[in-house]
Amino acid sequence: MSFFFLAGVLLFSAVMVVTLRDIFRCAIFLIIALLAMSGVYFYLGAPFVGVIQLLIYVGAIMVLVIFAIMLTSRISDKLKEVSNTLVIPAFVAAFVFLYFMLSSLFRTVLPSPTPAPIDAVAGIGTALMTKFALPFEVISLVLLAALIGAIVLVRKD
Amino acid sequence: MRYIVLSLILFCIGLFGIITRRNAIAMLMSIELMLNAVNLNLVYFSVRGGDLTGQIFALFVIAVAAAEAAVGLAIIINVYRKFTHIDVERMTSLKW
Repeated sequence: MSFFFLAGVLLFSAVMVVTLRDIFRCAIFLIIALLAMSGVYFYLGAPFVGVIQLLIYVGAIMVLVIFAIMLTSRISDKLKEVSNTLVIPAFVAAFVFLYFMLSSLFRTVLPSPTPAPIDAVAGIGTALMTKFALPFEVISLVLLAALIGAIVLVRKD
Repeated sequence: MRYIVLSLILFCIGLFGIITRRNAIAMLMSIELMLNAVNLNLVYFSVRGGDLTGQIFALFVIAVAAAEAAVGLAIIINVYRKFTHIDVERMTSLKW
């Protein structure tokens, strides 16, 4: 039951994100969608990913997005047309994609689920430090490069 | 199964958004929706298959999304300084 509640909130706010006129309200609905997504992770049984989703998406990325909205949109601006002329083709494209993916999904026989490890969080920590140590370091370098790049880009010289 | 359907619908909503939106920040937000849909797929199959690799990959995707958002928003702010708007349909300086 609570899965369908979370999914409903998620899909409703996602639709609001792509259709609303006011970009700031879009950002608020995106925050709600990300919160619901985090709830879906908890419900699914992946609490670590849910916490990281809360921390990074809701805590960091959305703050950045709202800052960018504040910096780029003039409050006095009248609300212009926000969608281009491709609404109907885009709807058809998304619907056709959805149809083909769903039909292939329902024809696929998924293997029977295997029980998850007992302590998933400890397992993730161990795997990050042993098997995935190199990707972990590389991703930290990527983040550092992105941060320095962002600072260099917006610096006034 | 229902998680995959949810993730598919979410991905299609993001696809619709990125095609129709004209505001660059709104396009970026649609990309975030699509990345979330992909993440849900990864985590679902990870939990279902009893293998943690999918969840770790989802963490990497989240980190890359953070980097992408930082650089993308910096570029958008630069574009705003130059053109005083962020309407992607009116950024035609590279069009011949």
